[in-house]
Amino acid sequence: MYKYSDFDEGFIRSRVAQFSQQVARRIDGSLTEEEFRPLRLMNGLYLQLHAYMLRVAIPYGTLNGGQMRALAQIADTYDKGYGHFTTRQNIQFNWPKLSDVPAILSDLADVEMHAIQTSGNTVRNVTADHFAGAAADEIEDPRPVAELLRQWSTDHPEFQFLPRKFKIAITGSPNDRAVTRAHDIGLRMVRNAAGEPGFEVIVGGGLGRTPMVGMTVRDFLPKADLLPYVEAVLSVYNILGRRDNKYKARIKITLHETGKDALTQMIETRFAELRPHFGGQDQALLTQIETAFAPPAFRDAPIDAYDAFYRADPTFRAFADTNLAPHRNDQYAIVTISLKAHGATPGDATADQMRLIADLAERLGHNEIRISHEQNVILPHVHKSDLPTLHAALMQAGLATANVGLISDIIACPGMDYCALATARSIPVAQEIANRFNELMLEHDIGPLKIKISGCINACGHHHVGHIGILGLDRAGVENYQITLGGDGTETAVIGEKTGPGFAYDEIVPAIERLVATYLTLRQDPAETFLATYRRLGLAPFKAALYPADGARDAA
Amino acid sequence: MARFTPKVVTANALIEGDVVYLTETDQWSRHHFEAELIEDEAHGQLRLLHAHAQRGLVVGAYLADARSGANGPEPIHFREAFRTRGPSNYAHGKQVELQNV
Repeated sequence: MYKYSDFDEGFIRSRVAQFSQQVARRIDGSLTEEEFRPLRLMNGLYLQLHAYMLRVAIPYGTLNGGQMRALAQIADTYDKGYGHFTTRQNIQFNWPKLSDVPAILSDLADVEMHAIQTSGNTVRNVTADHFAGAAADEIEDPRPVAELLRQWSTDHPEFQFLPRKFKIAITGSPNDRAVTRAHDIGLRMVRNAAGEPGFEVIVGGGLGRTPMVGMTVRDFLPKADLLPYVEAVLSVYNILGRRDNKYKARIKITLHETGKDALTQMIETRFAELRPHFGGQDQALLTQIETAFAPPAFRDAPIDAYDAFYRADPTFRAFADTNLAPHRNDQYAIVTISLKAHGATPGDATADQMRLIADLAERLGHNEIRISHEQNVILPHVHKSDLPTLHAALMQAGLATANVGLISDIIACPGMDYCALATARSIPVAQEIANRFNELMLEHDIGPLKIKISGCINACGHHHVGHIGILGLDRAGVENYQITLGGDGTETAVIGEKTGPGFAYDEIVPAIERLVATYLTLRQDPAETFLATYRRLGLAPFKAALYPADGARDAA
Repeated sequence: MARFTPKVVTANALIEGDVVYLTETDQWSRHHFEAELIEDEAHGQLRLLHAHAQRGLVVGAYLADARSGANGPEPIHFREAFRTRGPSNYAHGKQVELQNV
């Protein structure tokens, strides 16, 4: 794992000192809120509905045990004993006091973490495939490049006041688990004809009020050109992006207003200017970073115990079938720890759970932890012989829910339970859907199905790319939920289609139940997923299930 | 002219971020029902100005629609109702304190 250099350490400490003084000046009255607000946002501190919220970056979703334990300590000391993992691989603390924030940031700095650029019109936390460095299908670990981008973008003087926020996601696998097509820049590792790894560069994806799948501006970018190329994209956007209208300020709008060909040309021209200025220091730094991401010393040991346990214990078998993914070393597995126990808040972990995960990572997982954009925790390197022990420990802490990728593994933003921007609640809708399908004992029969819920049009809950998306709105002073179907956040990304009028709070769970019942009736066989069935049949049969009264009216 | 919907002045406390309401006696209460119910638009603007001036105590003051109720002013919009209680997924925030009122 990457270790902070003296430069990183010095920079983070000086930022903590600077912000501590800014907080003190706000409290003693020397700074007004108008003056203080941009300063606190630069350091990840928001004011939400009921309290402040501190958003801490987990760069490319990677943590070690010590860092997870520090997050638990912060949750216990300064918050209400839990943290919320987000769709951008951040953790949010929902109840810090303003006067405690400097101490929190100092505690974070002790474990090489920070909250810098988790807000504001800057390059945000660079996210990555949560199976990076472990996945069987991976070309290369994308995290060294992500770390290079973190260092380059942090406090980059040219890009601190972009037209709008800027999100970069990266994956080293052809199977896209990082939603790269819905980011301002998506980097997807591919090989060229000569077999060399490089990147497909996707620009202008994004969700929010104008959801768009990104467009490929370079089919193959050699790795050595990555930093100057990304800088060229930012540089063109910084000049061209609209500052007159917040809702038209993202690069996706720039792309559509300029045209893909013209924008690509401008990026290439700027890249040609910038490339000569990159004299190889970035590559020297990247090489240095790469050594920090060397794979762990994998154990070579028999896995018979795993096989025997798998056959003998049905609870373990259910967990293994849903929560494990193939590792590049076939004695190992990638373990997803679900933070979606039925009825729990998606993405929340208590301090005790965080400490247990930290212990297990250290004991059984080569001290590596990942946070996924799907709001789960991953232990990327677990030897299969250790899985029964791991599973038993997770069961004790309520962390062994076998539902990864199933209907109760729901993404939900904080919604109006916390967020000042929200127009409706998300969390209770997720809780009720999970509880309902758990009661029905249907979720394993339903199979892979991604429900994603956002509590406002900004789409932090990625509803547009949910197989079933739910968007909470305020319709004349009442919560109302709009459904989209057929969304997909992978390499075959599609924005979901709106079904029609929304549903009231007490109608939304029954509506989802009707959709799922329709799917179960219409699927060709249990292997045909919800998404595949939807793609085969289109919106019509699902619409008929959602709005039965319309059919009756048409027939009348 | 449309009839003026009564208002309360609400904000968040500077240090804790907790939701607060301006009372008739210029105090900041944690409880909506203790807020001053403002029935006149011009008076509302004056009270909001007063709130904005209290930059050492509160953040982001604004006027929110309210109506009079049995125990004092009540919120109208669901967002404001949530602000009087706290989140729905945990017993955190005001709903905990309100049990002791």
